[in-house]
Amino acid sequence: MRLLLHVWRQKNRRTPGRMARYEVGDVKPDMSVLEVLDVLNEQLIQRGEEPVAFEHDCREGICGSCGFMINGVAHGGAPGVTVCQLPMRHFDDGAELFLEPWRAGAFPVLKDLVVDRSALDRVIAAGGFISTPAGSAPDGNAIPVPKPDAERAMDAAACIGCGACVAACPNASASLFTGAKIAHLGLLPQGQPERLERVLGMVGQMNAEIFGSCTNIGECEAVCPKEISIEVIARMHHDFIRASWSRRPESVPAGGPG
Amino acid sequence: MQLNANVPSGPIQEKWDRCRFEMKLVNPANKRKHTILVVGTGLAGGSAAATLGELGYNVLCYCYHDSPRRAHSIAAQGGINAAKNYRNDGDSVWRLFFDTVKGGDFRAREANVYRLAQISVDIIDQCVAQGVPFAREYGGTLANRSFGGAQVSRTFYARGQTGQQLLLGAYQALQRQVAAGQVTMFPRREMLDVIVIDGRARGIVTRDLVTGRIESCLGDAVVLATGGYGNVYYLSTNAKNSNVTAIWRAHKRGAAFANPCFTQIHPTCIPVSGEYQSKLTLMSESLRNDGRIWVPKAPDDRRPAARIRDEERDYYLERRYPSFGNLVPRDVASRAAKAACDEGRGVGETGYGVYLDFQSAIERLGAGVIRERYGNLFDMYQRITGENPYEAPMRIYPAMHYTMGGLWVDYKLMSTIPGLFVLGEANFSDHGANRLGASALMQGLADGYFIAPYTLGDYLANTRLEKTSETHSACRQAEENVGELTRRLLGAKGRRSVDSFHRELGQLMWDSCGMSRSAAGLESCLRRIPEMRERYWREVSVLGAGDDLNQSLEKAGRVADFFELAELICRDAIERRESCGGHFREEWQTSDGEALRDDERFMHGASWEYQGPDRPPLRHVEPLSFDYVKPAQRSYK
Repeated sequence: MRLLLHVWRQKNRRTPGRMARYEVGDVKPDMSVLEVLDVLNEQLIQRGEEPVAFEHDCREGICGSCGFMINGVAHGGAPGVTVCQLPMRHFDDGAELFLEPWRAGAFPVLKDLVVDRSALDRVIAAGGFISTPAGSAPDGNAIPVPKPDAERAMDAAACIGCGACVAACPNASASLFTGAKIAHLGLLPQGQPERLERVLGMVGQMNAEIFGSCTNIGECEAVCPKEISIEVIARMHHDFIRASWSRRPESVPAGGPG
Repeated sequence: MQLNANVPSGPIQEKWDRCRFEMKLVNPANKRKHTILVVGTGLAGGSAAATLGELGYNVLCYCYHDSPRRAHSIAAQGGINAAKNYRNDGDSVWRLFFDTVKGGDFRAREANVYRLAQISVDIIDQCVAQGVPFAREYGGTLANRSFGGAQVSRTFYARGQTGQQLLLGAYQALQRQVAAGQVTMFPRREMLDVIVIDGRARGIVTRDLVTGRIESCLGDAVVLATGGYGNVYYLSTNAKNSNVTAIWRAHKRGAAFANPCFTQIHPTCIPVSGEYQSKLTLMSESLRNDGRIWVPKAPDDRRPAARIRDEERDYYLERRYPSFGNLVPRDVASRAAKAACDEGRGVGETGYGVYLDFQSAIERLGAGVIRERYGNLFDMYQRITGENPYEAPMRIYPAMHYTMGGLWVDYKLMSTIPGLFVLGEANFSDHGANRLGASALMQGLADGYFIAPYTLGDYLANTRLEKTSETHSACRQAEENVGELTRRLLGAKGRRSVDSFHRELGQLMWDSCGMSRSAAGLESCLRRIPEMRERYWREVSVLGAGDDLNQSLEKAGRVADFFELAELICRDAIERRESCGGHFREEWQTSDGEALRDDERFMHGASWEYQGPDRPPLRHVEPLSFDYVKPAQRSYK
C-alpha cells in the first residue's frame, strides 16, 4: 500500500503549526496507524528532518496515551479501537489521510500531535474516587454487588481517558469522560456515601476547565474506543439534579453540567 | 558490599507481624515534615504514593506519562491472586505461599513470599472498597477463576482488564491525595539519576519532558517503582516507553542489581508478523483455561487447521504434563512451544506459532459462554490478525513479558543504598526465577499499599538526616552528568535512528539470551554487545533540541542504558550454570528436556555491584534457605 499523509506539525505551544505533506510507500495491511508513523519517522530521520511527535505507549488500546484525528474522525473511525490498534487494512491503497491533534480549548497542543490532557486528571481529583484509606476495608464479600450492577459499572469503568470524546464533540464537552466515572462509582454500593458530593465536585471542575456543555449530539459515543454509552451522561445529569436539590446552594456549581 | 536480607526471626507465619511490631513509628505530627519522593505511578508506585499521602507524609510523585493513570500496569489482563478460599477448593495462605515458592523454582526468599501470600487477602478487600468492579457471581459475591500454574481458583478479575481497574483504583486514591495537598504530582518528568548524600538516597535528578529542564529534587527517602526491563529485547509485551533507566542509574550509584537473567517469556502472544512490528500483543493466559494448545504431529504440515484431523494433532502440553495439561506455568509452556516449532511443527506463515483451539470448549459450553469469558480478547485477536477465533484456532507464540530480576532489596524493600526503596517489578524480591500468572498485580499492590508505608516510616524514625539543599555538590554533579549525557546524544552525528539500534540489540538478546541459553551463545553476545554499543555512539542520529519535547532524545538515553544492561544480563546468565525457571541453559537439562537445577551450587540470589565503566561488575551472593517448602524438581506431570 501507498499513502499520502498530511500531518499537523507544530514546534511548541507558542509557535503556530501547519500541515505537512508526506508520502509513505511499502505499507502493509497488518500495520497499525502508529506503525505507519514509525515508518514515516524512520524516513524523516534518514533525511535529517525531525520526526513527528505523537503519544503512544501500550499499543494495545488500554493505556489511553495515543489518539489523534484521522480525516476529521477521532481514532480514525473503526468501531471500538484506538489508533494504535487500527490496522491499515481499514483504509484503501493510495488513501490520503489528514492527521491532526485533538482540538479543544482545554487540551492545548504541546507539539505536533501531542496535547496536554491534564484537565482530565483534575476532574478526577475533584471527586472521581471512593475515600478508603488502605487498611480500612471490610472483607471483599461483605457487601454483595448484584451482577448486573457490577457489569454496568465495569462498562463505564472501561474508559481509558484518551480524550477522544472531547475531541469529537462540537462543544468540546468532557461529559462522556466525567459521566463514565460518575456512573462507574455511582452504580456500586461502595460509591453511595460520596455520590452527590462527587458529581458536584467533578461537574464544577469540568466547568472550571472550560470544557463545553453537553447538548446530546452523541459524537462522543460514536468515537469512544471503549464504546461507552451516552447513558452515563444521563446518569450524571440525574445525580447532579438530585445533588442540587439536596445540597446547599453554595456547593452547587453554577451552570450545571449543561 | 553487604547483602543482609534483614529477615525477622521466628516462625514464618509470625515474621511480618513481629516485624511490624518491632518497627519504629513516626509521630503523626512529624510525618508532614518528611518528604518522600516516589518515582513511577503503576500499581506499586501509585498505591505507595497514595498510601504515604494518606498517612500524612509530604509526597512528591513523578511519572514520564502525561498522566499517572497510564503506567503499564494498566495493560495487565488476567487477574490478581489472593488466598481467600472463597471457592472452598482447598486454598490457603500456605498453599499460595507454597505454589509461589515452587513456581519461582526455589530461587525466591521464603519469608518474602509468605508475607506476600498473607497480604494478598487484604489487597482484594482494599480494591473492592475502592470500587474496583471485579467480576461477580449472580448472588453478588466475587467471582474467581483458575490461572496458569495453580490448581485452585484464586484469581480475581475484571473482564480482561484487571490491571486497568486496579490501576485506576490506585490512581483515583492518588488523585484524592493530590486534591488534599498531600501528594504533589509531577507528570512528564523522567528520573535520570539518584542523588546520594552521605551514603543515603536523598533525591533524584529529573528532566522535564516538555521544556527539557534538568533539575534536582530532594527529600528524605526515595521510592523507585519504575517497572521491569523487558524492552531490552525490543519486541516484548511491555509498553513502548517501559525502560530500565531509573533502576539502571540507581545501580550505577551503588544499588545492587539482582538476578538480571531471570526474565519471563509469556507463552500466549500473537506471533510476529513482519519487520515493521513495534511490539507484541499478549493474549491473556486465562485463555488456557478453555483453549487447547496443539501443533500437527507431522513436521511441515501446511494444511489449514480445520483439515487436520484430531488424531493428526499433538496436544503436546496435555501429553507431556497430564496433571496440569494446558495450565502448566509460563516458562514450561513457552519452552514446549519453542521445542515444537524447532522440530518444524510450528504453524502460520513464519512457522513460529502454535494453535490455541477453542473448538471443544465451544462445543461443550456454547459460543455464548466463551464470548462472555473472553469476548474482548477474541475481538482484539480478530482486529489484529483479521482472523475469527470462533471459527479457526488462534495462533500464538511466546514473547518477552516480565522480568523477575531487578534491584536487590531486603525484607523491608530497601536497596543497598540506604533510603532507596524499590517496589513492584523493579525489585527482585518475590518471584524467584519464574513468576506465576496473576502474581505481579498482587506483588505491586502488596508493596505499595501494605509494606512500604510501614517500612519507610521505620527508616525515617531510625535515621537522622542533615538538612540539605539543591546547591549541594552531589546535586550539581548529578545534574552535570545528566546534562553531559544529553549533550553527547544530541551531538552524535550519525544517520541511524535509535529504534534501528534498539531492534538490533533486541534481536541479538532474543536469539542468544531468550528462551534458551548456552555458554557459547552468551559469550558471543558478550563480544558483540560492546561493539554494537560503540557503533551506537558513533552512528546514532538524535535530531531536535534538548530544551524541547524530544521523543528521540528520550529513547536514546534509554537505549544507551539497555546496551549496558544487556551485557549484565548475559554475564549473569553465563555465571548461573544451571537451568531454573525462566533461565534455561541448554547444558543443564534432564533426559526428557526439563530444566535441571543445581541446588548445591546455585541456591542463591546473585547480585551485581557496579564497579565503574572500565571494570567488570562484582557478583555477590545471598544464600537462600528453604525451611518450609522442601526443594524438589518442579514437576507438573
